[in-house]
Amino acid sequence: MTEFPQTWAFRTPRARLALWFGWLCLVALFVYCWQVMTSTTIWMFIWDAPRQAADIGSRMFPPRLSYLPELMIPLWDTLNMATLGTMLGVILAVPVAFLAARNTTPSALILRPVALFIIVASRSINSLIWALLLVAILGPGLLAGIIAIGLRSIGFIGKLMYEAIEETDIRQIEAVTATGASPAQVLNYAIVPQIMPAFWGITVFRWDINIRESAILGLVGAGGLGLKLQASLNTLAWPQVTTILLVILATVIVSEWVSARVRSAII
Amino acid sequence: MTGYPTTWRRPPQIVTDRRWRIVLTVAIIAYLLIGMGSVEVNWARMMEGGERGLRFVYGFLQPDFTSRWKDISNGLIESLTMTLTSTVVGVAISIPIGIGAARNLAPPWVYYICRSIIAVSRSLQEIIIAIFLVAMFGFGPFAGFLTLSFATIGFISKLLAEDIEDIDEAQAEAIRATGASWLQLVHYAIQPQVMPRLIGLSLYRLDINFRESAVIGIVGAGGIGATLNTAIDRYEYDSAGAILLVIIAIVMVAEYSSSYLRKFLQ
Repeated sequence: MTEFPQTWAFRTPRARLALWFGWLCLVALFVYCWQVMTSTTIWMFIWDAPRQAADIGSRMFPPRLSYLPELMIPLWDTLNMATLGTMLGVILAVPVAFLAARNTTPSALILRPVALFIIVASRSINSLIWALLLVAILGPGLLAGIIAIGLRSIGFIGKLMYEAIEETDIRQIEAVTATGASPAQVLNYAIVPQIMPAFWGITVFRWDINIRESAILGLVGAGGLGLKLQASLNTLAWPQVTTILLVILATVIVSEWVSARVRSAII
Repeated sequence: MTGYPTTWRRPPQIVTDRRWRIVLTVAIIAYLLIGMGSVEVNWARMMEGGERGLRFVYGFLQPDFTSRWKDISNGLIESLTMTLTSTVVGVAISIPIGIGAARNLAPPWVYYICRSIIAVSRSLQEIIIAIFLVAMFGFGPFAGFLTLSFATIGFISKLLAEDIEDIDEAQAEAIRATGASWLQLVHYAIQPQVMPRLIGLSLYRLDINFRESAVIGIVGAGGIGATLNTAIDRYEYDSAGAILLVIIAIVMVAEYSSSYLRKFLQ
């Protein structure tokens, strides 16, 4: 009984020491990275920032609302880009998801790693970079944006879908298999009904994200609102920039509301 | 037994009313026709692009790491340092905001202020913030650092606040019963419950920030994205392929190590 310390402490001395050491390492790493990062920074520009901010802010208001009618066609393009891109993504992602799921993959040795690589590659490259490449290849326009959105969506939809497939109830699959169903029938009658709600939820969720992304894809030439944004920024037409940002914000809020409603109705 | 079908058909899962199904199908087909029609495809330009696309695929298959290695490594260092510093600063700022945005810890007025900060930070795209910050702070990684920190605040604070709201109230009650002050309550009752999740979220955000740092370079905020943009503008597809492969490799390493670490922590 003599071993008890006089005052209670949260952690043992050893744990406290390790914790402090961990913090020290993190702080040291942070300071080092900060030094490397700011080695080329021109501090004059940084101290100048509040003045610049005030300057831009004063130019941005009031927003030029007469610019709104001109934005309707780009807005429609943006919505189309997001929707058609999501469809393309879904069409490409579903087979990849079935190949990547442990319980449905035809070959765990070859096809599964390939499918997983497709998913990771698509997820690690942002749609803006996809658009940058595709605009260089296909030329500027909506098509490049649609394909960029589609390619970026494969990773997201594929990953969530294959996790949903792996979580399916094995008993239902066994029950359908026991009736003598072929593998295709098992897929159709045992697995598909189980993942259907997840599928729609994921698709609507991705559609919502794609609306946000397609609004800015025009910055690299893929059409839609971003194209107008780029044009206004290049001509320093700040009141127009404000108008475009307001339109983007409104679109994002509406799409988020729609997606939240649909998802709560399905799941 | 009249009218009873002889073969079984799977009942519809989502929209059960037949009339609604027809209306929805017609609407979707109509939309597809109109939507596809509004996409203008310049076939001549695409044909020209085919050769360029092939060159890009070759570049991806035979990436050229060496001739632009100095630019690539500079971009990578900028990206990595930007990622780490912005995650640390972002998480440090989001902890007080996250606590303030938790309904069970903060008074209503603090709650609303913190929630509106989160809403502002989440509603704007990183790239749009980056455009403005580049205009204010000049080109280079500092603007990127600020952008990523700002985006981190919205992400971490929101999830942290939700975690704090989901804690086991019994433990907080027990600490409160000892007469603990508010700070002691946070330290002894809340922090042990949310810390593993917070570390997990921070690692996840580190991963996201690296991916974003590859993008915001396109608008001039430094990092590997600027290098990639330059490579594509110069039509050096083999260097671009190398950069993309480097990004994919780092993201893969980050994703696996962060998921491993998260498993280890929980």
